[in-house]
Amino acid sequence: MQHAMNPPGHAPASRLKDGPGPGSPEAAALDATWSDPPGLLGWLAAVNHKTIARRFVITTFCFFVAGGALALLMRLQLARPGSKLVGPDLYNQLFTMHGSTMMFLFAVPVMQAVAVYLLPLMLGTRSIAFPRLNAFAYWIFLFGGVMLYVVFALDAGPDVGWFSYVPLAGPDYSPGKRADFWAQMITFTELSAMLEAIVVITTVFKLRAPGMTLNRIPLFVWAMLVTAFMVLFAMPSVMLASTTLIMDRLVGTHFYNPAEGGDVVLWQHLFWFFGHPEVYLIFLPGLGFLSAIIPTFARRPIYGYTAMVLSLIATAFLAFGLWVHHMFAVNLPELGKSFFTAASMLIAIPSAVQIFCWLATLWSGKLDFKTPLLFVLGFFFILVLGGMTGIMLASVPLDLQVHDSYFVVAHLHYVLIGGAVFPLFGAFYYWYPKVTGRLMSERLGRWNFWLFFIGFNVAFFPMHLLGLKGMPRRVYTYQAGLGWDTLNLVSTIGSLIIAVSALLFVVNAVRSLRRGAPAGADPWGAGTLEWATESPPPPCNFHAIPVVHGRDPLWEAPRARAEDEQPAFTHVSGLAADTRELLATTVLDARPDLRVNFPDPTIWPLVSALAVTVLFIGSIFTPWAVVWGSIPIAIALTAWFWPDRAETSVHLSLERKP
Amino acid sequence: MDALHDVLAPFGPQAGHVRELWLLTLAVCTVVFAAVLAALLIALLRAPRAGSVSPPDLSALGRPEPGKRRSVIAAVAASTLLLLALIAASIFTDRALARLSTEGALRLEVTAHQWWWEVRYVEPQVADSFVTANEIHVPTGRPVIVTLKADDVIHSFWVPSLAGKKDLLPGRTTTMNFRADRDGVYRGQCAEFCGSQHALMAFFVVADPPERYAAWAAAQRRTAAEPAGDQPLRGREIFMRSSCAMCHAIDGTTAQAMRGPNLTHVASRGTLAAGALANTPEELKRWIADPQQIKPGTYMPATQLPPEEMDALVGYLQTLR
Repeated sequence: MQHAMNPPGHAPASRLKDGPGPGSPEAAALDATWSDPPGLLGWLAAVNHKTIARRFVITTFCFFVAGGALALLMRLQLARPGSKLVGPDLYNQLFTMHGSTMMFLFAVPVMQAVAVYLLPLMLGTRSIAFPRLNAFAYWIFLFGGVMLYVVFALDAGPDVGWFSYVPLAGPDYSPGKRADFWAQMITFTELSAMLEAIVVITTVFKLRAPGMTLNRIPLFVWAMLVTAFMVLFAMPSVMLASTTLIMDRLVGTHFYNPAEGGDVVLWQHLFWFFGHPEVYLIFLPGLGFLSAIIPTFARRPIYGYTAMVLSLIATAFLAFGLWVHHMFAVNLPELGKSFFTAASMLIAIPSAVQIFCWLATLWSGKLDFKTPLLFVLGFFFILVLGGMTGIMLASVPLDLQVHDSYFVVAHLHYVLIGGAVFPLFGAFYYWYPKVTGRLMSERLGRWNFWLFFIGFNVAFFPMHLLGLKGMPRRVYTYQAGLGWDTLNLVSTIGSLIIAVSALLFVVNAVRSLRRGAPAGADPWGAGTLEWATESPPPPCNFHAIPVVHGRDPLWEAPRARAEDEQPAFTHVSGLAADTRELLATTVLDARPDLRVNFPDPTIWPLVSALAVTVLFIGSIFTPWAVVWGSIPIAIALTAWFWPDRAETSVHLSLERKP
Repeated sequence: MDALHDVLAPFGPQAGHVRELWLLTLAVCTVVFAAVLAALLIALLRAPRAGSVSPPDLSALGRPEPGKRRSVIAAVAASTLLLLALIAASIFTDRALARLSTEGALRLEVTAHQWWWEVRYVEPQVADSFVTANEIHVPTGRPVIVTLKADDVIHSFWVPSLAGKKDLLPGRTTTMNFRADRDGVYRGQCAEFCGSQHALMAFFVVADPPERYAAWAAAQRRTAAEPAGDQPLRGREIFMRSSCAMCHAIDGTTAQAMRGPNLTHVASRGTLAAGALANTPEELKRWIADPQQIKPGTYMPATQLPPEEMDALVGYLQTLR
């Protein structure tokens, strides 16, 4: 059945309409329309969400490897007491760069990058919303991250921690440009994250396939939607903090100088009001990955869809109410601390709901033990353990003992690696065929998993004991005879195992590009829409826009056919094939609403990002860069938004039609 | 210096309360963790195996799953109750910590510097007050009220075997209480990252019986005695004319600078450079000659002296007991 969008005859006769099936002239026209232009210039001008997302994922993964290498160097330094491998100067740069890289350049952007690739496919549409903005966000992110590593290579890397507490990061105790580069990089990456959040929210609300009502959205999409809203509320706080910091440093304001009426605790409130939700905006997409992987390999729909959506939203709300548990050692009122203890502990409940629902799903499923499911099982072990230590840290008296000790280092790695990296690796194995058309090696995947799982626990479990034995964190060395020697050595060995495992993953990913088994459209027999199209998907994602009748469209279509209730797999057609036209739907029930014309590829997002970079880096050296640096930005943005003759004519022709 | 440094080996009421709460929390968490893993394991063992191509089981869509619903609700309810119990235990422990009697407490004022600790004993009689560094002596069994200040950046005061930590904030004053119930030496360390030498910013709390403490305090109140012998006298002269006197104070002499630790009784301390070195003449020489070798980034400049002058200087410092 085809739902014609507009009665025949209204559009010009020469206009090609889309239609089902590859191979037809309509399909060829669609592919040509949605492809990135050829050549180097075309490469730089690309706006297709899959192109941008592939670059984005690879970039973030490179940062992950770089951050991991820094961690390895730190572990080697700490393997023995009194080691002279790296001195305090380099060590302080190492842990600052490691934390900043993993938080700002890997964990948050990689989730957004995966979402940029998957969301249009899962929602049954041809593009992400605001494709040029999406490209701009990627370039900004790339330049911010590269800037940080360039200054690190020039021995001007920041050295005051990824949390940059004032006054240590202020002008008096961190002279030079190190902290300035850190603060500007934060503004860069957070700007990118905010733009991506806008892209994700608009895509989810307006570009869903017809029939995908709010209660049929895949859970991963829900997780990304909630995450995007959290980004919008959390990031302004840290951008405000980093901007006031750089004003203290560059133009001599005194926001954080107690001698001039400033306050050092203000920084901590602003930073942790962002910093704690940050943990959840890494964790929620991880939960989304699990909710995609578990039903597929348990061969049944997820249990408790509504409860899971509500607990995602509850987590997001609670996440903004517990930042103070990072500040229990700061002198704060007792009653306030009790409130934050309760909030910090109660956030465990929505997570528990999710875990119990997954257990219920696994409990009544038929299990297919492929690598993605292995990573999910690893998640259960590690995340639950990390959650337990989180409950300990939420309690004021316990926190006052273990805060800023290695116990916290253990806890946060259990939560972040267990809650985000294990699901992410599962997701890489799961969606790799959708990106490349080939499956990754299962055998290498198993080695990858087991080495990672064992190495992780060997590396991080001893840190709990180190913290209880009083080892503070962020120390470049320690003295022998405090009972820390053996545990540190064991931890270092574990980190080497993790490194081998990560290397194995890279080998698997690169090798499978050519040698992996061809995947076909739906290698796992999954139920969501991204598996309805070829692997890798054509430039336009779908030659015909699917119509959705349930939560697992691919599973329900055959069922419906068997019960002879509904037609097998329905779609809409009637969108233009020779211009980037898209179907927008209503927010709640996804009824077809508008036909939107999307912009073509252009070089201007890249040029604008370059201009912004020049302004920001220039401003580290002279405040006047803000003035003269805005001129190129104005030029680039004007060119970006300059109306195009072809586009205008399309708009006009569409406007005339009802 | 052999010292206790362990959260789980408490020797005062504060750390003791925390250890009890820790044991309770650990027990509850272990049970929950084991229960979740057991549920997962049973699910894995009892679930039939499938291949990727086996058709999905969609029966869940058609009929409700009341058994599963009951189990999930029960599990969520049980976790909520356990969490509420832990919150209550945490708040009661917090109250107990705040109730430490401060009757007849010893009052100290600790100021953290990059990267050493200044300790001022605040007595009702101003003349009885005195200053030391990196080593805190307290009488066993008597509560101690510590006023915490920071001179430059944020530091954190932490003696795991006695009490939890508290930050020292520039521009603010905070306080904490503790009591050592048994004689001994307890190690403490800065817990908040405070720059280059955060790693080597330790200190010691020495708990002595009240009479031994009183003797120690009386000794600390005395100004430095006139050194006996030629070498120490020459050492004092070297101290006064070299850069030492620009940063350090020795009570009873013209050296009154406050940038570095007060050295009036430096020889009586167990360690040098905030716990980085044992306090022996050889280590002291090494420290004076090239502090950057031991604590890179420390604000103490190197002082190159001919060997005999160094011997004299260290000989003088050894007399400051």
